[in-house]
Amino acid sequence: MTDAIVVEGLVKRFGGTTALDGVDLTVAEGSVLGLLGPNGAGKTTVVRILTTLLRADAGRAEVVGLDVVRDADAVRASIGLTGQYAAVDEYLTGAENLEMVGRLYRLGRREARARAGQLLERFDLTGAADRPAKTYSGGMRRRLDIAASLIARPRVLFLDEPTTGLDPRSRLGMWDFIADLADGGTTILLTTQYLEEADRLADRMVVIDRGRVIARGTADELKAQVGGQRLELTATRGEVLPAIAERLRPLAVEEPHVDEQARRLSLPVSGGVEVLAEALRRLDGHIADVFDMGLRRPDLDDVFLTLTGHAADDGATDSGATDSGATDSGATDSGATDGGGTEDAATTSRDTPPAEPVPTGGAR
Amino acid sequence: MSSLAATLSDSVVITKRNLIKVKRVPDLIVFATLSPIMFVLLFRYVFGGAILLPDGISYAEFLLPGIFAQTVVFGSTITGASLADDLQKGLIDRFRSLPMSRSAVLVGRTLADLGLNVISVVVMALTGLVVGWRIHSSVGEAVGGFLVLLLFAFSFSWLMAMVGLLVRTPEVVNNASFIVIFPLTFVANTFVPLETFPTVLRVFAEWNPVSAVVQAARELFGNTVPGAPVADVWSLQHPVLYSVIWTAVILVVFVPLAVRLYQRTATR
Ligand SMILES: Nc1ncnc2c1ncn2[C@@H]1O[C@H](COP(=O)(O)OP(=O)(O)OP(=O)(O)O)[C@@H](O)[C@H]1O
Ligand SMILES: [Mg+2]
Repeated sequence: MTDAIVVEGLVKRFGGTTALDGVDLTVAEGSVLGLLGPNGAGKTTVVRILTTLLRADAGRAEVVGLDVVRDADAVRASIGLTGQYAAVDEYLTGAENLEMVGRLYRLGRREARARAGQLLERFDLTGAADRPAKTYSGGMRRRLDIAASLIARPRVLFLDEPTTGLDPRSRLGMWDFIADLADGGTTILLTTQYLEEADRLADRMVVIDRGRVIARGTADELKAQVGGQRLELTATRGEVLPAIAERLRPLAVEEPHVDEQARRLSLPVSGGVEVLAEALRRLDGHIADVFDMGLRRPDLDDVFLTLTGHAADDGATDSGATDSGATDSGATDSGATDGGGTEDAATTSRDTPPAEPVPTGGAR
Repeated sequence: MSSLAATLSDSVVITKRNLIKVKRVPDLIVFATLSPIMFVLLFRYVFGGAILLPDGISYAEFLLPGIFAQTVVFGSTITGASLADDLQKGLIDRFRSLPMSRSAVLVGRTLADLGLNVISVVVMALTGLVVGWRIHSSVGEAVGGFLVLLLFAFSFSWLMAMVGLLVRTPEVVNNASFIVIFPLTFVANTFVPLETFPTVLRVFAEWNPVSAVVQAARELFGNTVPGAPVADVWSLQHPVLYSVIWTAVILVVFVPLAVRLYQRTATR
């Protein structure tokens, strides 16, 4: 398979800040790459360079085999861009917006109109097609914006945080749509803050932080870098946790993590459901103090926390980044569960629903 | 498609888009029509009695070409403010990511604003006719008069395009351009004869292209009176030529500069 996008040693500085510090990546034709990273990591900068809006200070980038600087015009004819902030003309109606962009992609008048109609329908905007975009809600604008980038059926599509600001139903719809596009052979580079989104849509991922690639691979490979299964337990009271941790310690393959404030215990373990059974046996007498307990494989939130030292939606770029080369170890998952699911491998829970959500990785 | 045909077709698409906005935003229509009417009436009836002119010239005749010129020059500031607005809203990014002609956004913008100025001039001319302004020349000369005014404003639009792309905030573009355009249109023969000016201002006014544009329009509409004094400087003795030279120079300098800036400009 050939690569639809090739990026080598991309460097971009804005005055004193180095936004990109030598980024390399490739995206195979027809595949979806998830570009992940915390705020300010440089995701948008990569997208802007690849879509010819910005020139890199060093390095080179090719899209469909064309250099983004030398063959900028030809590149533009093959790509669609949905920027991080919706770029629709407020005074034009939805239909007029799409037709205008279609005409500027050099579609004939009739074709532009027909495509606009299809996309308005596809994005649930037919009812609002003849209203100025000024009257649209944020989510409607976003959908119109994405529709505009698709009007000429681009070979390569750039989506910079495409579902930010969409409600859950629209987000699911958008995911389906992006998956359809990918199935239809469109190459997609997608940036996102939502790890679940990347997990669902992307074939491969590249995680960047402060302008450098800190990890890459499939979702499973990234999760494997972070380590294996955990036993997670929520107690009814924080004070009992140390005692519980003491009882479960023999099951742990690494030091357990106790958070009395959140009444949570996280215990790296190896093995499958039998660990859970063993844990229950050891908790005899403390069962009344246990609110919720389950086995969990790491999800991309854990990947983020581990690799960047801060959560995906945490603006601060504090230290703690691990270089990708160094983290190839901890793949200790015993294989009790396989496949890419982020769901609990097994869960036991008391009858009452938990007072707060079942623990997710982002909060530890 | 040849690149010229492509540029034209893209420019038409953009011009249309900009004109749709004129249709949907009442403020722009007001700016283009009501304020010129107000200007004509204000100067005609409020200052008309206070400003003395050499015998034989009606103030309405003297006034209208000046108001035409001032209004179309102000009209060209819309180019800058609108581009800044497009830049802020991310539309310029969208356009720059499309395989469209590199100059079409600016061509379409300046053409739409020229259209707006045409509307203003028509409205002002009609109002002028009501308050006593008349054209005394041939049709050809009268058309020439309107062309000089509109083409000068068109070239000014390109200068304003540059300002809009540099300044990037519509409000700031407006304020900044007023600082330049007020002296440019007032320190000129727009509303009063130059003889009344102190020396320094008079020299500036004599060579001010706006004065030449106004003088050219007055001559081409037949709004001058034989024997009335015209300053003895080359610019005002040859106002049509001097206006056309300015128009051409502004275009030659600012069209390429603005297109280049457009290609490099980024939203943030
Ligand atoms: N035009 C600019 N001028 C100055 N600095 C810039 C500019 N564009 C980006 N930067 C800086 O470059 C770095 C990377 O920005 P970028 O927008 O690419 O991040 P991002 O990963 O898209 O972040 P987010 O998730 O918040 O959208 C940031 O530190 C940002 O402040
Ligand atoms: Mg971004």
